[in-house]
Amino acid sequence: MRRRDALKVGLVLLATSTLASIYKPAYSKTLVGGSGAWKAQPPPPLSVVDSSRLVYLTQDEAKLVGTVFDVLIPPDELGMGATEAGCVTFLDHQLAGPFGSAAKDYKMGPVVEGTPQQGPQSIATPAEIYRKGLAELNTVTRKKFDKAFPDLTEDQKVAFLEGMEAGTIQFETVKAKDFFTLLLQNVREGYLADPMYGGNRDMVGWKLVGFPGAVYDYRDWIVSKRGQKIDVQPVSLLRTT
Amino acid sequence: MHYKRPKADVVIVGLGWAGSTMAEELTRAGLNVVAIERGAWRDTSTSFPTTRNPDELSGSIRKDILQAPVTETYTVRNRPGETALPLRKYHNLTLGNNVGGAGTHWAGASWRWQSFDHQPYSRVMERYGAKQLVDGLILQDWGVTYNDLEPFYDRFEKIAGTSGTAGVINGVKHPGGNPFEDSRTSPYPTPALERTRANILFSEATTRMGYSPFPVPSAMIGGPYTNALGINLAPCTYCGYCQLYGCGNWSKSSPNICILPVLMQRPNFTVVTESEVVRINTTPDKKMATGITFVDSDGNIGEQPADIVITATFTLDNTRLLLLSGISTPYDVNTGQGVVGRAFTFQTLSWAFMFFENEYLNPFMNTGALATQIDDFNGDNFDHTGLGFIGGAGIQSLCNQGLPIGMSGLVPEGSPRWGKGWKKAFQKSYQNYAQIQGQGTNFAHREQFMDLDPTYKDRFGQPLLRITYDYNENDRRSGRFIRDKCVEIAKEMGAREVKGVSLADDPYSGYTPWDSSHVQGGVVMGEDPRTSVQNRYQQNWDVPNLFVIGASSFPNNAGYNPTVAVGATTLWTAKAIKELYLKNPGPLVRL
Repeated sequence: MRRRDALKVGLVLLATSTLASIYKPAYSKTLVGGSGAWKAQPPPPLSVVDSSRLVYLTQDEAKLVGTVFDVLIPPDELGMGATEAGCVTFLDHQLAGPFGSAAKDYKMGPVVEGTPQQGPQSIATPAEIYRKGLAELNTVTRKKFDKAFPDLTEDQKVAFLEGMEAGTIQFETVKAKDFFTLLLQNVREGYLADPMYGGNRDMVGWKLVGFPGAVYDYRDWIVSKRGQKIDVQPVSLLRTT
Repeated sequence: MHYKRPKADVVIVGLGWAGSTMAEELTRAGLNVVAIERGAWRDTSTSFPTTRNPDELSGSIRKDILQAPVTETYTVRNRPGETALPLRKYHNLTLGNNVGGAGTHWAGASWRWQSFDHQPYSRVMERYGAKQLVDGLILQDWGVTYNDLEPFYDRFEKIAGTSGTAGVINGVKHPGGNPFEDSRTSPYPTPALERTRANILFSEATTRMGYSPFPVPSAMIGGPYTNALGINLAPCTYCGYCQLYGCGNWSKSSPNICILPVLMQRPNFTVVTESEVVRINTTPDKKMATGITFVDSDGNIGEQPADIVITATFTLDNTRLLLLSGISTPYDVNTGQGVVGRAFTFQTLSWAFMFFENEYLNPFMNTGALATQIDDFNGDNFDHTGLGFIGGAGIQSLCNQGLPIGMSGLVPEGSPRWGKGWKKAFQKSYQNYAQIQGQGTNFAHREQFMDLDPTYKDRFGQPLLRITYDYNENDRRSGRFIRDKCVEIAKEMGAREVKGVSLADDPYSGYTPWDSSHVQGGVVMGEDPRTSVQNRYQQNWDVPNLFVIGASSFPNNAGYNPTVAVGATTLWTAKAIKELYLKNPGPLVRL
């Protein structure tokens, strides 16, 4: 580069600004130093999900998945079960959003199975897997036990889910094992995520393990409470109880 | 629409740590710099406020801050001859997706690499000879030494406000620091953070075993600090929302808090956001770069001409840009010839997972890099005679996770994964789980490389980058050696249950739990154009006005995290551009 080019900074900058105003696309932004015009778009305000109505699941699906969730995280002396804690509401809203549609996945073809270490290649979305998987759950239990899943005994429910987890029970429309993995992942998320997402009612999941929640400063405890039990009343970003 | 922006002195592709560090240096020297960044603008206060940041679901679970596979992904196979398939879901490479890059959400371990890591070939030949190398291993010096880089390590730490306890200053050892570190000219800018209960158990155990524990240097600021650019940084609060989160507290060093507030005051700096660079443009004879071509978020194609082109994207994207642009010779695994995509490395991780009996480890009080380490088995700090491998690992008690969804699967082997039994087990293990990480060196191999995928395309129809990678025998041997050391320490710490693993024992996968996000090489610097893409100044051997900066320049990985080495080599190159190249544009190394 020639030295004099470096000295023409002022002139170039003027041209840059002018052009930027002409070719200003919708999202792409040209931010010029010193102009002060580089404020970030504030994220939308947080809100608590509306649990009064379903947004993706049908009533029947919601009831059925709640029965499964309560086997995975049952009510006991350590705290309420998954459904009472709002895990179905949590799931319903997750399935209606970008998680449900796998909006961030790479979905271009060809879609082929590879080695296990190459990872999941299916482009089925969680919303689709729940729709098909829940429909088939009762079909399979009816064939096996002549009963819908919710009508099985507790032991039968546990044994059935163990079979899905181990891959010994197979579904036709989805991989039963993958469906189980998704169920377990989502019920844990619902039980342990911030209550604003619809689950973890009364911060029951956080109280179970002693997690303080949406706390941003532990300087007072890092030394003074080192190795000690802390009696925590957890806090949520939005929920007050 | 196609449009052409006015010519700049310098165009920088990507505004993460490397790009913003470079932009600060060159704008301060009076150059007109334009940066093109794929991600959106982010402000610390607006984008990562402490009133919304503590949210595990959107953070480390849904990974909202990362670049999504739908935007760009990579295909992977373990060996030549296999068909590579795309990483369709979020995987272990935690890619940045905003101004600040991965430097916004990183964990923050802030290492200077050792002199051995910059000159591994000479050191191994000198001490052991070629017999120490397994078949197919690629080992080469960088052309730049620790002593060359020391002033730049020092400067970068003073930009970042790095916290730590120095072990060796001007040749004099200091207690409490790392006795194996190469000599520093000044102490860390801010003091080391407080230790956790798990860190202390590790310190006591390793001291009893005759090793030398020290606090891992980190991006979590150890006290109020005004950095080298005059920006005030704040002390870390141990909130535990660190890796995969922006820090709204001004207490984790990032381009967003350490550099951009100053850079954005300079009228000779411009950043074009949400625009993806797709080509480095050259003269028809490929002897000079003329600028870059990008696609903005409306699908318009823009051109940014410049006298100097610097690409500062992620390791994989730096390599892909050169391949897409037809610059320098791609590596050919069949002949061993060619350089772009060659010398690709990952990281060799070993672990000891521990469960104690009646502890209150309070894991939620942590940072992304709250760790106490021993370097007794890192790099070439121990005698490898008869061991059959080179390298080693930093072995550390790492306290970087306490968020409950992420820990919900961490129950002892054989415990129920659901039902009442899980609730009981999880309640106990949450307070009793701890881990020792062996973060190991990783060396390149003839059959580990990157090229363009023949089948899969990105959203613009361009080939994805293809990674061909599996651990080589050197890494498998070092991984097992380190795993055993981790287990011995875990037992000495008094854990009730200890499980050791060496991840290199299984085939490489982009989804292995507990694995690293560090990848290096592909556009390496070196002394010989037959084995490197760039000279010791990160200047392309064929195209003298093209500089590719970042960990893509490193022909091997250390038993450390790469960020501060990226910062130091960036500052080293910035100085070469300002003081050598501008005075006499052309190759800075003549053979």
